[in-house]
Amino acid sequence: MRIPCPICGPRDSREFTYRGAALDRPAPDAGADAWEDYVHLRDNPAGPTLDLWYHHAGCASWLKVSRNTVTHEITGAVLAGAEDKA
Amino acid sequence: MRFSALRILKEGLTGNRGWTPHWRSPEPKSEYDIIIVGGGGHGLATAYYLARTHGLTNIAVLEKGYIGGGNVGRNTTIVRANYNLPGNSEFYSHALKLWEGLSEDLNYNVMHSQRGVINLFHSDGQRDYAVRRANSMIIQGDDAIVLDKAGVRKMLPYLDHDNARFPIYGGLYHPRGGTARHDAVAWGFARGADMRGVDLIQNCEVTGIDIEHGRVTGVQTTRGPIRAKKIGLATAGRSGQTAAMAGLRLPIESSILQAFVTEGLKPVIDNVVTFGMGHFYISQSDKGGLVFGGDLDFYASYAARGNLPMMEHVMEAGMALMPMIGKAKLLRSWGGIMDMTPDGSPIIDFSPVGGLYLNCGWCYGGFKATPGSGHTFAHLIATDTPHPAAARLRLDRFATGHGLMDEEGTGSQHNLH
Amino acid sequence: MRIEGKGRIDRSTWYGFTFDGVHYEGHPGDTVASALLAHDVRMVGRSFKYHRPRGILTAGSAEPNALVTVGSGAHASPNERATMVELTPGLQVTSQNRWPSLGFDVLSVNDLAAPFFGAGFYYKTFMWPKAFWEKVYEPAIRRAAGLGALSGVTDPEECEKGFRFCDVLVIGAGPAGLMAAKLAAEAGADVILADEGTEPGGQLTAEVEEIDGMAAHEWAAKLWAELGAMPNVRLMLRTTVTGAYDQGTYGALERLRGHATGHGPRECFWRIAAKRAVLAAGSLERPVAFRDNDRPGIMTAGAVRAYLNRWGVSPGRNVTVFANNDDAHRTARDLVMAGVKVNAVLDARHDAPKSDDFAVIRGAQVCGSHGRKGLDGITYRTASGETTIMTDCLAVSGGWNPTVHLTCHMGGRPVWRDDILAFVPKPGAIPGMVTAGACNGAFSTAACLAEGVAAAKQAVEDLGLTAPDVTLPEAGTEAGGIFPLWAVPGKGRAWLDFQNDVTVKDVKQAATENYQSVEHMKRYTTQGMATDQGKMSSVAALAILADATGRGIPETGTTTFRPPFSPISIGALGAGSKGSGFAPQRYTTSHAATVARNAPMIEAGLWYRPSYFPQAGETTWRQSCDREVGYVRNAVGISDVTTLGKIDIQGPDAAELLDIVYTGLFSTLKVGKVRYGLMLREDGFVMDDGTTARLGENHYVMTTTTAAAGQVMAHLDFVTQVLRPDLDVSVISVTEQWAQFAVAGPKSRPLLEDLLETTLTAEDWPFMSCGPVTVGGVTGRLFRISFSGEQGWEIAVPARYGASLFDALVARAEAMGGGLYGMEALNVLRIEKGFLTHAELHGRTTAFDLGMGRMISAKKDCIGKVMAAREGLVDPGRAQLVGLKPVGEVQQLVSGAHLFREGAKIEPENDQGYVTSVCYSPTLGHSIGLAFLERGPRRYGEKIRMIDRTKGLETLCEVVNPVFFDPEGARARD
Ligand SMILES: Cc1cc2nc3c(=O)[nH]c(=O)nc-3n(C[C@H](O)[C@H](O)[C@H](O)COP(=O)(O)OP(=O)(O)OC[C@H]3O[C@@H](n4cnc5c(N)ncnc54)[C@H](O)[C@@H]3O)c2cc1C
Ligand SMILES: [Zn+2]
Repeated sequence: MRIPCPICGPRDSREFTYRGAALDRPAPDAGADAWEDYVHLRDNPAGPTLDLWYHHAGCASWLKVSRNTVTHEITGAVLAGAEDKA
Repeated sequence: MRFSALRILKEGLTGNRGWTPHWRSPEPKSEYDIIIVGGGGHGLATAYYLARTHGLTNIAVLEKGYIGGGNVGRNTTIVRANYNLPGNSEFYSHALKLWEGLSEDLNYNVMHSQRGVINLFHSDGQRDYAVRRANSMIIQGDDAIVLDKAGVRKMLPYLDHDNARFPIYGGLYHPRGGTARHDAVAWGFARGADMRGVDLIQNCEVTGIDIEHGRVTGVQTTRGPIRAKKIGLATAGRSGQTAAMAGLRLPIESSILQAFVTEGLKPVIDNVVTFGMGHFYISQSDKGGLVFGGDLDFYASYAARGNLPMMEHVMEAGMALMPMIGKAKLLRSWGGIMDMTPDGSPIIDFSPVGGLYLNCGWCYGGFKATPGSGHTFAHLIATDTPHPAAARLRLDRFATGHGLMDEEGTGSQHNLH
Repeated sequence: MRIEGKGRIDRSTWYGFTFDGVHYEGHPGDTVASALLAHDVRMVGRSFKYHRPRGILTAGSAEPNALVTVGSGAHASPNERATMVELTPGLQVTSQNRWPSLGFDVLSVNDLAAPFFGAGFYYKTFMWPKAFWEKVYEPAIRRAAGLGALSGVTDPEECEKGFRFCDVLVIGAGPAGLMAAKLAAEAGADVILADEGTEPGGQLTAEVEEIDGMAAHEWAAKLWAELGAMPNVRLMLRTTVTGAYDQGTYGALERLRGHATGHGPRECFWRIAAKRAVLAAGSLERPVAFRDNDRPGIMTAGAVRAYLNRWGVSPGRNVTVFANNDDAHRTARDLVMAGVKVNAVLDARHDAPKSDDFAVIRGAQVCGSHGRKGLDGITYRTASGETTIMTDCLAVSGGWNPTVHLTCHMGGRPVWRDDILAFVPKPGAIPGMVTAGACNGAFSTAACLAEGVAAAKQAVEDLGLTAPDVTLPEAGTEAGGIFPLWAVPGKGRAWLDFQNDVTVKDVKQAATENYQSVEHMKRYTTQGMATDQGKMSSVAALAILADATGRGIPETGTTTFRPPFSPISIGALGAGSKGSGFAPQRYTTSHAATVARNAPMIEAGLWYRPSYFPQAGETTWRQSCDREVGYVRNAVGISDVTTLGKIDIQGPDAAELLDIVYTGLFSTLKVGKVRYGLMLREDGFVMDDGTTARLGENHYVMTTTTAAAGQVMAHLDFVTQVLRPDLDVSVISVTEQWAQFAVAGPKSRPLLEDLLETTLTAEDWPFMSCGPVTVGGVTGRLFRISFSGEQGWEIAVPARYGASLFDALVARAEAMGGGLYGMEALNVLRIEKGFLTHAELHGRTTAFDLGMGRMISAKKDCIGKVMAAREGLVDPGRAQLVGLKPVGEVQQLVSGAHLFREGAKIEPENDQGYVTSVCYSPTLGHSIGLAFLERGPRRYGEKIRMIDRTKGLETLCEVVNPVFFDPEGARARD
């Protein structure tokens, strides 16, 4: 599997650490359900998904990768958090 | 047809012409008392024990492919009861006791082989944890022996005892642990359930769950709608998908686990050996193939196939631990879809929907659970009370934080268990 | 038998080798199989279950029968295909799965019991009496397992691994692959052309035919040479592409040298990242099942041709051909041309072409074979009845199966084509891969050449390159008609999977017993599970299953082809990881000096740290440890603490970051101060602990535990990049950049004052302060922190000065009656103080469990705060940290023991906790332990039983405060 790091270019997936679905952290007072959703529950889609990968053996960027869990097709990768900065 | 020595003899002498189907292939009826979704080990075992223990037979097992084609037919067949934490400890202990009489109970040889499981440790800290775990096992009534360096060397002389990157300090030996023939487990339960009147419906994918007033009424399938009063989900890696049909979001992320087998070799590895520092475990099948595996491929996936990084890592760990396998040749690699939970432990429980029961979250370790899972899930469905051996496998433990069973201590990241 | 004037082996050179101890000779260019056939050795092995005699079936990597052990001793390599092993001088070859000898094999009695050993017999038997399974049956089954044997000792040979990258990977150097590579290369693409064989040409190496007026194999060799001369082409012979993975990643195994000879690595496992791939993997001939079709001497027609044309060997003197297609007629033609007697071509088709050169018997089917350990004759059936003829070699062809395997590695299912009676690849099954030639169902040479060009054109155009015009060479266009024939009906056993001894009847029985899915049939009968993974048998088996169940072949479908395409040694896949190669080794700057003092080194993650520093006269580690503890408690001890993670945090928002990741407040920490921090995971459990020092207004340095350094670094990156990208802060790991040493004990201050040539007053340097210092002209950092409970300091300098600082510290400490202390003493010191390590922070403990619940600041949010408040995580019934002190006769404490109330039965319901850390405290003069006990902190003074069932030990303990020594902490503040 090769992941297109926006900084380093396409790299073998062994350079990355996978974390899981890219979810928004709830506010501290969002309530138990919101936190349960964030920490434990998962949509776990069979198909397109957005997940977090860390380029630990590269630029140390956290990426949001658009990926298909059935075909393993990767349609894109962006720097996580960069979208908020823009 | 019951199998017996006489039957084998008779068939052998008469050209093996008298064998009959091990199960029927019935058309689905329009209604059942109970539907079990998923014809894997757990679904089939559940149907079997519903019929055998609770006398309920108006049951269908709906399987989207062929029975036993999921993880029950892809795993590395290790059967053990060597858990540390309450919840897992009593549950797997219960399961192992069922394993010990399973072939006779099913009249089908599942080739349960109690060849012993050894978990190696490589530091003082790991030893302390092994001792703690061994004590949990013994206190639970199971067997455990903590081997020192010399003890491991004696049992497993072929390991790299002298030059290893992570020296072997000892091992946690579980003599009653071992392996079983995975397909035979699925088939034996299928035959046993069928003999008692359960309908096994293959090529029948459940595509929807019908709910009225908060209770299930039936399922939609690729072979038409089927009504049912109670529905048990036993869909392993697909649990997130099937639960979503009932509007549920589960604490599950599905990942890939690969496994590997070499060409057949004369016996060299007698036991099941687990390498604590390398995420590698191995045994030798009765046909002679070395069967081994390691960690998850880590990323969420339904592809049932893995990639090279984990495969190579597993081989590297194998070479580090037992460099005598260098000339064994990898024959086949495959993958299964693992239903990973936030604490790495399973769920057998009611669901928030009336009449819908959950059996999921088996991660990479549900094969050894098979009879225990079926037995306790059948109990839950039949009696609407949790079986004592599975009472801690609750769905709400994540929300409440009570009774989490995080054996690895890696926390609520599904893929790290 | 060698045939003069045929083949491309070097007959001027002789290579001696042995097979089962008998000496034979062959030539460079031979395989073990061709050399044995040259000597008329027909029986080379035994089958798995019934130990039936086995001969050579093929001339390639799919060989299921001729599996041998090559080499001896530690070099012995089991299950080598004799058809692939290149002959080298002195090669030692041994047959397998027979005892005592290949000719006389005791377990061949299994064959007599075959009626009782049919499909699925295991599952129906061996159950009576119950105890016999474990004691008698299973051991017997396991003893009979396997084919070849591992040596049982370390594989002495090395392998290697590498990465390669290309625009176009062409798999297979037959006519299609060669043309594909040529076009892609001429288009300017960076090309890798890989082939499993030792010569380019693929099937052409076995044929007598012409391309562009040249002998086909010469044409191939010429094109190969031309390609090799191009700078943008890399040629890889002896390289099997073994698997197709995501995003154009391919696994490939290159055999670097022959057996038993040469030095350097044996094999290289390549990961090839290819933008596009052309699969031109050819096709594999399949046999036909009939009674006793497994006898040595029966082989595929193509293999007979290959042995003749390439190796100059005729596998028989009196050959018969049996086929359902035109292609096999070439075998008869080539044999006749070479002067070998051909009895006849028995063709199942009623309209088979006739020949002037050999007899063709139309509508004939072989229905049995004769002979003991090799073929003497066959019986065939035509409309006019059965005829038995003498023959010593039967060349069989049931048609050809395209080599579709790689196209199925990502879940794609091949598609059945009725016109050629074969499965072909599903287009697009592997993203970026195009298929061409025989593997695509194109069976004539001309079609292969054309498809190779077309496939490469598509590949290069996808890459934005312009495909040049390529003229197609002149070549044969005959593809050969075919007629369906999978198994000849009749009595007796007709074999499908030769290695696993699966018969047509087994498949039918599986269907009768309702193992009707193709996967069920495979698993129930073991059909296709041998070392060829069904390459030689699966299609026929599923055709028979389709017939038995009344379904068509397409509905029946294939089983799943999985990587690797052909077996790969674990040594190659795990190259470089024997011994110390398994994981990187990290050394501190004091490593050499430490080893010089004979300190046993232990692994701490990837690091090495000293266990203790033995001195003359000490015979146990405990003596050394107790002495070292004494240094710290009474004088001064030195310890290298570099391995703890150090993370440099800078920026205006550095304080805010720390407030997010730590439970406590760090924004209020003053410059020049240090604070202990607890870090939670988002699920509320403790992730790690450590101290963080504020070096400047916007500058902190955080320490982590050795084990969690990487995890914490990734966590900080996560917080700063994903959760709070708005923060203006930079984090970087500086663990290796700074060498850091603990200086601890009542004499630590004078030692440092001497070293730093300054005074360190309690006012300027109170407990938990930090600041820059100059050490011998080098700017370092000094932290007044303590992990021992004594007055303690940690001094850090850039790593290049670590070794000399270490020496300077040790010399001073020793002069003051102190010295070095290792991990054992460090552990004792921290247990005496109730300080934590990962024995306590094991991922399942909360701040509450550790008695640090109040460290979660109420004033702010932090990672894990919300989930740490779940009722189950603050339940007063949870096991919490306590100290244990033995109070009875038994004084021994054990980490990992469990805790029970006095009088309680030892069962899970009564289990109240467990011991995590124990030591003998030389300071207190008795054993002490840390444990987690239900409601522990409220039970100080209570007696509790420590039970270790692994050793049968029981120790009565008193529950005490986990801070055993100096509970007020006065010594550290001193
Ligand atoms: C490589 C690998 C190695 C493993 N090794 C071990 C081991 O050594 N020891 C161990 O204890 N465990 C091991 N496991 C785990 C174990 O195999 C599983 O946890 C266990 O088999 C899961 O339960 P099951 O048998 O019921 O699952 P499955 O066999 O997967 O059954 C689930 C069934 O549900 C069906 N299904 C899904 N969705 C639907 C639908 N919508 N409609 C109808 N049917 C549906 C599926 O087709 C499938 O047949 C391993 C798993 C893998 C993949
Ligand atoms: Zn990068």
